[in-house]
Amino acid sequence: MDYVPHTTQEKEEMLREIGVGSAEALFEVIPERLRKATLRLPGALSETELADFFKGLSGRNGHLNQYNSFLGAGVYDHFIPSVIGGLASRGEFLTSYTPYQPEASQGTLQVLYEFQTLVCELTGLDVANASMYDGATALAEAALLAVRHTERNRVMVSRTVHPEYRAVLATYLKPLEATLVEVQACEGVTDVSALKDRIDEGVAAVILQQPNFFGCLEEAEAFSAIAHEKGALLIACVNPISLGLLSPPGDYGADIAVGDAQPLGNPPFYGGPHVGFFAVRKELMRKIPGRLAGATTDLEGRRAFVLTLQAREQHIRRQRATSNICTNQNLLALRATIYLSALGKEGLRELAGLNLQKSHYARDEICALKGFSAPFSKRPFFNEFVVQLPKGLTPDSLNNRLYKRGIIGGLPLGRFYPELKDSMLFCVTENKTRNQIDALVHSLKEISRGRPRASRASKVRGRGTQKARKP
Amino acid sequence: MEFPQELYYTETHEWLRVKDGEVTVGITSYAQEQLRDVVFIELPRVGKKVKAKGPCAVIESVKAAFDIYAPLSGTITSVNKELEGQPELVNKDPYGLGWMFVLKMEDLTQLQTLLNAQAYTSIIKEGH
Repeated sequence: MDYVPHTTQEKEEMLREIGVGSAEALFEVIPERLRKATLRLPGALSETELADFFKGLSGRNGHLNQYNSFLGAGVYDHFIPSVIGGLASRGEFLTSYTPYQPEASQGTLQVLYEFQTLVCELTGLDVANASMYDGATALAEAALLAVRHTERNRVMVSRTVHPEYRAVLATYLKPLEATLVEVQACEGVTDVSALKDRIDEGVAAVILQQPNFFGCLEEAEAFSAIAHEKGALLIACVNPISLGLLSPPGDYGADIAVGDAQPLGNPPFYGGPHVGFFAVRKELMRKIPGRLAGATTDLEGRRAFVLTLQAREQHIRRQRATSNICTNQNLLALRATIYLSALGKEGLRELAGLNLQKSHYARDEICALKGFSAPFSKRPFFNEFVVQLPKGLTPDSLNNRLYKRGIIGGLPLGRFYPELKDSMLFCVTENKTRNQIDALVHSLKEISRGRPRASRASKVRGRGTQKARKP
Repeated sequence: MEFPQELYYTETHEWLRVKDGEVTVGITSYAQEQLRDVVFIELPRVGKKVKAKGPCAVIESVKAAFDIYAPLSGTITSVNKELEGQPELVNKDPYGLGWMFVLKMEDLTQLQTLLNAQAYTSIIKEGH
């Protein structure tokens, strides 16, 4: 599309119409010193100079091909098959904002419909929307739905749910005058008896994360029975990769399942953008937030796709809409759709199995080291686990020393759980080779024994170590 | 267009039929015509306390979605479950099978705030 600037005459007409003297007057609410600020930029550069400049700048960023990373906690490093980039960057999908016109966007709408179908199959629920911003906001929207649906104003959330997700929940619930009640954890999982004691008929929903923030598996069926006995909804926040092995939330009675689809073919970037998913039982369909693609037939009887049930949405129902999300996370939902289609059912199961095996190998190797232990070892876990460090070694100092060896360690838990200040959360996905895991274990051993750090030559540089071998 | 004499009306196009301190509420023939084909109705929960002029149900048509306001303060005592499967009853028979909910009023003097058929007809004619 051509760029068509306003003419001076047009600008004058517009200003006259709204009764404003000058365009500058429209910005008067911004303090003058900010409006008059000048940018101190260096002079113009040639193309090659500019390319060099930005190469230098981007070279200062670290990336996961360069480090051996064991960090998860909400953002995951999974292998991304090249078919995803290849298909997702096709011209047909590169449309402008809001590609929802059915007459022009059948491809995009079909992808969204397939995304929804895949989310329903993964979660075992009836209806899914066309995606949310991320897992945290999807969870918060689920709580809002529960408050609306039950006309109750308390939401119970386990302390084993991601602490940042809980912070987003609190932000979303505050203006509704709904309260968030936290349920304590016991040995890495929710204290189900505490949940049972504290729940009553004023509770709109009970929220669990499966696997939880510590990587442990919760007793989901118990949650379901306790919530439903009091007429509360059960909201399950799930890791989509884990569903290759674990029961779908619909099977254990979840009314709403949400989660983050970043692990499905989307790189960790630098912590975002992510893409959330949201699925419900059919009875809650009209209360679902956001975009929903539906299948229909066109005038000539051909299968076609449109956005549907839009009367829930902000552009129709204004302030009484189910949510203020009036869009979705299209590009990343597209990538997730290609990812799941490429893997297939069997592929996802195998992938989840690899995560399970590698993380258990890593956990066992680390905990065999003197002074390292797994405080929640009684609980089954998926691809993350908590490790307590030897006395005298803090997570921060360990991470600094690992980093110098080219390893990104786990998440120090003290920031969110003061009682776990000596522990960290490790993540091991299918993307870790045995060499990489062994390199971590070896480094942990050396660091904990106070040995000097390894020379740069032995630094493990991701997968590159194997590829670099000469034939 | 028909506006039965025995009913009360509101400016937001609800009708009310009063019987033994309970009122049955629906939307007028004018409202259903403006909305065109009704596709979904979200009814209030039985037992819910509602305030006069507060939103208490949602009606969705092929054209738009609107809130239905409680014409008076009171408690919802029953809702028309038939509308869940057959929302088109609102179009076919707005004053009969298309009724939406029954409200038990706290205070019968509230009825004085409503319109009669003549007053409602003149409001429509003025183009409200």
